[in-house]
Amino acid sequence: MTGKKVLRTFTEKLGKTTLRGVEELGYSLALLVESFYWLLFGFRRSQAVKPPSIFAQMMHIGIHALPIVTILAFAIGMMLAIQGIATLKTFGAESQVVLGIALSVTREFSPLIIGILVAGRSGSALAARIGTMQIAQEIDALRVIGISPVRYLVTPAMIAMLIMLPALTFFADIIALLGGGIYSSLELGMSLQAYADRTIEVLKVEDITQGLYKSLVFAVIITLVSFVNGFSVTAGAEGVGKATTRSVVLSITYIIIADMVFTFFLTH
Amino acid sequence: MSKQADPQTQAAIEVEDLVTHYGTTRILDHVHMHVNTGEIMVIMGGSGSGKSTLLRYMLGLHKATSGSIKLLGHDITKINSQEMDHLRKNMGVSFQGGALFNSMTVGENVCLPLREHTNLDENTIQIMGRMKLSVVNLGGFDDLMPAQLSGGMIKRAALARAIVMDPKLLFFDEPSAGLDPVAAAELDDLILRIRKALNTTIVVVTHDLDSTFRIADRITVLDKGKILMIGTVEEVKNSDNERIQSLLNREARHVEINADEYLKELTGQKE
Repeated sequence: MTGKKVLRTFTEKLGKTTLRGVEELGYSLALLVESFYWLLFGFRRSQAVKPPSIFAQMMHIGIHALPIVTILAFAIGMMLAIQGIATLKTFGAESQVVLGIALSVTREFSPLIIGILVAGRSGSALAARIGTMQIAQEIDALRVIGISPVRYLVTPAMIAMLIMLPALTFFADIIALLGGGIYSSLELGMSLQAYADRTIEVLKVEDITQGLYKSLVFAVIITLVSFVNGFSVTAGAEGVGKATTRSVVLSITYIIIADMVFTFFLTH
Repeated sequence: MSKQADPQTQAAIEVEDLVTHYGTTRILDHVHMHVNTGEIMVIMGGSGSGKSTLLRYMLGLHKATSGSIKLLGHDITKINSQEMDHLRKNMGVSFQGGALFNSMTVGENVCLPLREHTNLDENTIQIMGRMKLSVVNLGGFDDLMPAQLSGGMIKRAALARAIVMDPKLLFFDEPSAGLDPVAAAELDDLILRIRKALNTTIVVVTHDLDSTFRIADRITVLDKGKILMIGTVEEVKNSDNERIQSLLNREARHVEINADEYLKELTGQKE
């Protein structure tokens, strides 16, 4: 291929990808607005969002994830403590590790890692389920019965995600701090009680709430990306697999970018 | 070909001058069609003729480019979504693969429209669900999951769900697809019995000729998005339209080959 053709093909591809991206963004925002429309006004059209459907999603997203969240959070806390102490040793400032662990867990690592975990676990499950329903015409079936697919599928998942992701993040905060504490107390010879006191001393409420606001944004990202990709499946089983993969990769990418943007604005 | 509308057989479905597109490609081209109350209308045509598309537009799943579609007197191209929801209570649809919700049992599938649209108590809902399941000869199967059913059973369960609200309009997309001849014949009988019992207006999209001739009151023949003919079974059978006869006689299409074009294609010279 000549240089000119390569450049043209590249530009065309870039244009197409940008257009698709903008289309998806528009569609996602419309989905977000519609899901809240049904939550607030569904009862007027005899299509109220039913609490059992929200609870069912909360079980899947939150309660069933507790074991893995515990393990991950504990490991992260420990990892931060190990890394922190090793690094701060060169400055002789190991005692500062408590502050380091507390801030990096609550503000950054907990929301980010839990967001990525839930994107991989629940986001993929959502995208796969919706994609499978789409190719089996179950979404069409919902519509012809007179059930809005957004009200029936998206709203419960969105509400469940908005409740559970911050809850899991908060839970992870505690477990991670505990993990960090156990290692720190062993390595630095301080008691766990002293570690806990020091942690409470250095942590401000904003540190925790910053992390929780982030997890709210991540919850919206995961839900919208999963549904947009699930609804757009056209091919068979292979299409579902592709959409699921794309959903997880995009969710994680957007989470990390959002995290970066958030962190910038929260620290300036 | 449409009958004069008289008060007793007023058209339940009226498709007027329907034009639809998929992207920039025109799919349906000025389609006119009426279905009378209590009539079984079969929409027939080759692959790519637009028959499934026509059904999807009649179900209100897409927005047409132009034209109107009236169901029970309401123009669905103009009403708002709230009115459409209301209209849907009088419509039952059975999709090609059944489209049962795989996360629910058969019983829950059949009862879903009742749970969503009525304020009936749980007991009544379950009784009505079981009644409809026994109508389609699936009595006692309500606790099974769709994955545990055979193809024929899935179709019948989908039919039970479609009729659970005793709708005035019933739509079938390829009801006999994937069924052996006996199961297909049983489904045909069910369709006829339902129409007899409830005077339901029924639209069936199919390319199964045997079923068509058994159940149709009238047939709409589509080809490349246009209506070739609308008539009774006899009228269609006796039509002298070449395309219709080849459809009925299962003749392969003749593809005209241009020798020069073919040569260019083989040697990669075709642009």
